[in-house]
Amino acid sequence: MKRLAGFYILAAVLIATGLIFPDSYYVTVVGVTICTNAVLAVSLNLLMGYAGQISLGHAAFFGLGAYASAVLTTKYGTNPWLAMLAGVGISGTLAFVLARPILKLKGHYLAMATLGMGIIIHIFFVQADWITGGPDGLSGIPEISIAGLAINNDIRWYWVFGGLMLFTTWISLNIVDSRPGRALAAVHGSEVAAQMTGVDTASVKAQIFVVSAVIASVAGSLFAHQQAFVSPESFSFFFSIELVTMVVLGGLASTFGAIFGAVLLSILPEFLLVFEDFEVLIYGAILMIIMIFLPEGLFVSGSRIVTGWLKKRELSTQ
Amino acid sequence: MSLLSVSGLEKKFGGVTAIAGLDFKVDPEIIFAIIGPNGAGKTTLFNLLTSIYTPTAGTVTFDGHDLTRLKPFQIAKLGITRTFQNLQIFLNMTVLQNVMVGCHLRSRCGIFEAAFRLPSVLKEEKRVREMAMEALEFCGMQDIANRDASSLPYGVLKKLEVARALAAKPRMLLMDEPAAGLNDTETVSMSKLIRDITSSGVTVLLVEHNMGLVMDVSDRVLVLNYGELLSEGTPQEIQCDPRVIAAYLGE
Amino acid sequence: MTDQLFQFLISGITVGSVYALVGLGFTIIYNASDVVNFAQGEFVMIGAMSAIFLYRAGVPYPFALAAAVIITMAVGMLLEKLAIEPAKNASVVTTIIITIGASIFLRGAALLIWGKDIYGLPPFTKDVPISIGNATLLPQNLYVMGGTALSVLAVRYFFDKTITGKAILACSCNRKAASLVGINVNRMLLIAYGISALLGAIAGILVTPITYTSYDSGVMLGLKGFCAAILGGMGSSMGAVAGGLLLGVIESLGAGIISSGYKDAIAFVVILAVLFIRPSGLLGSADAERV
Repeated sequence: MKRLAGFYILAAVLIATGLIFPDSYYVTVVGVTICTNAVLAVSLNLLMGYAGQISLGHAAFFGLGAYASAVLTTKYGTNPWLAMLAGVGISGTLAFVLARPILKLKGHYLAMATLGMGIIIHIFFVQADWITGGPDGLSGIPEISIAGLAINNDIRWYWVFGGLMLFTTWISLNIVDSRPGRALAAVHGSEVAAQMTGVDTASVKAQIFVVSAVIASVAGSLFAHQQAFVSPESFSFFFSIELVTMVVLGGLASTFGAIFGAVLLSILPEFLLVFEDFEVLIYGAILMIIMIFLPEGLFVSGSRIVTGWLKKRELSTQ
Repeated sequence: MSLLSVSGLEKKFGGVTAIAGLDFKVDPEIIFAIIGPNGAGKTTLFNLLTSIYTPTAGTVTFDGHDLTRLKPFQIAKLGITRTFQNLQIFLNMTVLQNVMVGCHLRSRCGIFEAAFRLPSVLKEEKRVREMAMEALEFCGMQDIANRDASSLPYGVLKKLEVARALAAKPRMLLMDEPAAGLNDTETVSMSKLIRDITSSGVTVLLVEHNMGLVMDVSDRVLVLNYGELLSEGTPQEIQCDPRVIAAYLGE
Repeated sequence: MTDQLFQFLISGITVGSVYALVGLGFTIIYNASDVVNFAQGEFVMIGAMSAIFLYRAGVPYPFALAAAVIITMAVGMLLEKLAIEPAKNASVVTTIIITIGASIFLRGAALLIWGKDIYGLPPFTKDVPISIGNATLLPQNLYVMGGTALSVLAVRYFFDKTITGKAILACSCNRKAASLVGINVNRMLLIAYGISALLGAIAGILVTPITYTSYDSGVMLGLKGFCAAILGGMGSSMGAVAGGLLLGVIESLGAGIISSGYKDAIAFVVILAVLFIRPSGLLGSADAERV
């Protein structure tokens, strides 16, 4: 089936990598980071790429999920899955309540509002030490088990996050190619025309805001268990910006573009480590250069160049 | 029994009165044209009828429903769709997808069913595709269904807007300058399309500068000048009305 | 209590002045090129850091300050020439990422050149606190406020009265039309970035004797400048100034009366509240979509 071809390739690569290199640092550590970031980027892309609503506060929902799990399991001994559900409830409710007033805003005002939301929640993580442990964070988050199998080593976490990434990708591909997905793209294309074809734009935007928040929250809960420790800096404004960068770098409105961006930005720091003091400088330069020369993103601009080249070749061989 | 009735409609922007106390009625299944010099308030009137603007005073009633407090998507739900003076095509989609958005009100799938792609979704997708193709065929565009909207010329996009609006199966269609920017052949095919739309039972409200087209297709014509009703009648009556001639040619 | 409030007000206006200048810089670039320049805060950092190092290298204080301003302007213009101009047709989000990349790049460069330490500058004149009731005011506070006021007036004069200023405004209204009447749009953009960097450098130099600075202090300031510009209404330069001052005062009062840890949160709550009520900021005009 053509619609899911990319999805099957992704699944094959993920499984093959895990099976062939189960001990590699790039699978057990970088691989887990890649999958986590990919889940977040794909969920953000639903809101940003498809619906065209920028969010500079996505890390906040990731953090709410993580803290919900951390606080409930360490302080109240709650079952991890119930804690995750509670995180989903908190993130989903907050997103639902904020969606209408925030997504009524446009352009830079929307960017500002989501940024503010993210920063307020981050400050809460830092300051509300009676519940969040403050800047030191919370440690001793218990491990989880799935169907009796304890997720207690790195490769098992790779499978968990890999599974979540595939699931998120599948959901994203499904939504995009459906009535609500088209309504989202319509909001992006022309809000007034969307309204005149009967799309309740405010409600559609709110729905996708909730969906992307809930996915981020689930990823956050798993992240908390995987790290066994949470602290505010994982969920700062900088991480929100990094997520936006992943989505834009890969190419807006492309699920695989978002994954591509997540892979790139997760691997890049590993390679830049050898540059030591120059790391930050080079990182910034790479971002600028990619965006200047491939403004539609690596994946989208890149695949366009490749198909254009293939077409040319086809013509010249005929 | 008229389908649309407008009474005492007024819209002010700051100190400027764009529409001043307008009254008129539109009977079902006719072509009702609204003409007037540039700045007469024609597009403003359309924006009022579709609640993109809120009127300062007055009411709009469609088939017994008061439209003045509704949101644009609720108005679409009642069976009014429109096209736009400056195109509002979804350039990020294909032709077919544009028209499939037009079927939004005739399908029901929600975000959770869609996310998990339940069997009901597959069935509905197929149905929506058929409905969209039907609308495209009506406008003679079935052959370019899979082209990207952004790759098409202006004249085709104008038609695409009509197809998208028709896909909603409206009872009334508001067309804002459908022939603007079209060449002669395209204009002829557009006026045929407008007639076909009415024959299929849809009431058409038409704003248009091309007088040939207006006088050719319309059943009733309303002339606006500085936001006020100057004259209303059949095309023949309007063409002979000295006030209309004065407004158009200058005194 | 009133003395204390007065004290909060003094520090609020001082910090707010910096926000105002950064916000004004934001607005100038936004008006000229539709770009939200997230590297704006780095101008403040570069202005302050280069002044510090020139001064420590033995350059006489006033010359060190002047040279720092020139260096920052050069950085601003280079940014326009090398990163913004080549990406002319990029979408809004793409340009945002470019300026974020620029901000990271400049921070990385500052880290390489100046290291991670925190530095200060000596006050402009002898540091004798002035007492007003029980509140005290440093001469440097007055320099910050006065310097900001002068800069704002100069910017106003430039855009209202000079041909170049009007030409930049023309670019902001309609770039194509501006170039058709013979305005060199690229040069105007270059000048806009230069002015904006100039304002950042002035802000950095004025406030560093009070607040100190380090290679990464630009991020938060840039963010606050963006807040100021949004609060006032994106595109309105006097709105940005008012927004900056308001933001400074809110933060200072919030920190003093409620809790210093939550001061940024309080500021952002106020901004969100303003946006919920007025979606185009305090002085922004709501532009209706034409269909």
